[in-house]
Amino acid sequence: MGDLPNDLKYTKEHEWVREEGDGTVTIGISDHAQEQLGDLVFVELPEVGDSVEQGRECGVVESVKAASDIYAPVTGEVVGINEVLADSPETANQDPFGDGWLLRIKLADAGQLDGLMTADAYAELIAAEAH
Amino acid sequence: MGKQTVLFDLHRQMGGRMVPFGGWDMPLHYGSQLEEHHAVRREAGMFDVSHMTVVDIEGPRAGAFLRHLLANDVARLSQPGKALYSCMLNPEGGVIDDLITYFLNDEWYRMVVNAATTEKDLAWLQQQAADFEVTVNPRRDLAMVAVQGPQARHRALPLLPAGLRIAASELKPFFAAHDHDWFVGRTGYTGEDGFEVILPAGEATGFWQRLADAGVAPCGLGARDTLRLEAGMNLYGSDMDEGVSPLEAGLGWTIAWEPAERAFIGRAALESKREETGLRRFVGLVLEGRGVLRNHQKLFLGEQVVGEITSGGFAPTLERSIALARVAAEIDEGCEVDIRGRRIPVRVVKPPFVRNGKSLI
Repeated sequence: MGDLPNDLKYTKEHEWVREEGDGTVTIGISDHAQEQLGDLVFVELPEVGDSVEQGRECGVVESVKAASDIYAPVTGEVVGINEVLADSPETANQDPFGDGWLLRIKLADAGQLDGLMTADAYAELIAAEAH
Repeated sequence: MGKQTVLFDLHRQMGGRMVPFGGWDMPLHYGSQLEEHHAVRREAGMFDVSHMTVVDIEGPRAGAFLRHLLANDVARLSQPGKALYSCMLNPEGGVIDDLITYFLNDEWYRMVVNAATTEKDLAWLQQQAADFEVTVNPRRDLAMVAVQGPQARHRALPLLPAGLRIAASELKPFFAAHDHDWFVGRTGYTGEDGFEVILPAGEATGFWQRLADAGVAPCGLGARDTLRLEAGMNLYGSDMDEGVSPLEAGLGWTIAWEPAERAFIGRAALESKREETGLRRFVGLVLEGRGVLRNHQKLFLGEQVVGEITSGGFAPTLERSIALARVAAEIDEGCEVDIRGRRIPVRVVKPPFVRNGKSLI
């Protein structure tokens, strides 16, 4: 497994969250998630302007193997989606922490970020799930 | 921990992601299922199918036994080496398993049965064999490798034992040749040309390694499933089982009704089912919108449920989603599928979807 970027926060649903410093966050799936799912063939994202609520489903990634829900890691308004994924879902396999990002959310409550996992805590979660 | 084929360590070395399947630990993929799928459509790929069971049926009445046991008729096999696809039915006409039978000589037939059904198949075979004085011999000493794709035969031929190469090179589709315990059939489960090679377990790792060196891509169960789905081939346990007759699983063509006096197991039940009106149809579906068809998704016409997907997935060759489904008799052009609460149109097509690398839809 590749190293987990330290500047990101993580969720138990195997997503990552990056603070952009302007009240928005970028969200994607972790390298571990893409590896478990296998080749992605379809990504369904919310629309810009939609409201999402922390812990609720807000989209789906489908691989050759299975469909997996995307859960909003924070509450807020969708201000951007990664249009590349509509035609090239494999981007989230190839570069899950970079070009394969999913969506950008304007935070309703910045305090929710404190409840997310650090890279170290997420690494422990993956290790625990392997046993 | 499941059972391991003789190639297990080699799969791990080659990056195979091992998953449980039918009681075995088998490779799902070796990195990318999509790339493995394309390798088979465009060049050559290989599959470890040693989890399936080779069963030799031997004895003077082996043919009579199989004519009683199988819905298809081994009497159609007049030339040695010819293969026959058939269902093995229970008395109610449900499918115990689907299998290939090779005719080798009047006293020796070879069957290849599914992994997950092996134990019940063997019990059924033993029970039925008692009246025919045949031996039912599961060949646990053999491994099996499928080499598939437009380049498969070309790359595999030089790696076969010298005594088998000429016979293997001359095989017509659905024929097999053998030399001692090496057995090569021009058969497969991908819709491409290729061989299925049965060989002594102790020689399997060397053969697999030499195939890899010759540019044949190791492929896992994932690609095997998308390839067979595109080829419109049924998967036991998904598309049919003991509760479904071949008539509602797209397998009516495998039932040999003639000669009428051949009383194979399940015949009486099938004959009465055949007279029923409203038998469900087994069809191919193409998703007309975005998303992925999956097993067990429900099909609708208006508010009425008119069927269910039995095998669904993403078709890498077609870059869209396809499925096999069992639908009400009146569904002949299209209907809608429910994907997570949303209705998306699907078009009915006749499988196969892909054959020899080319789209047929």
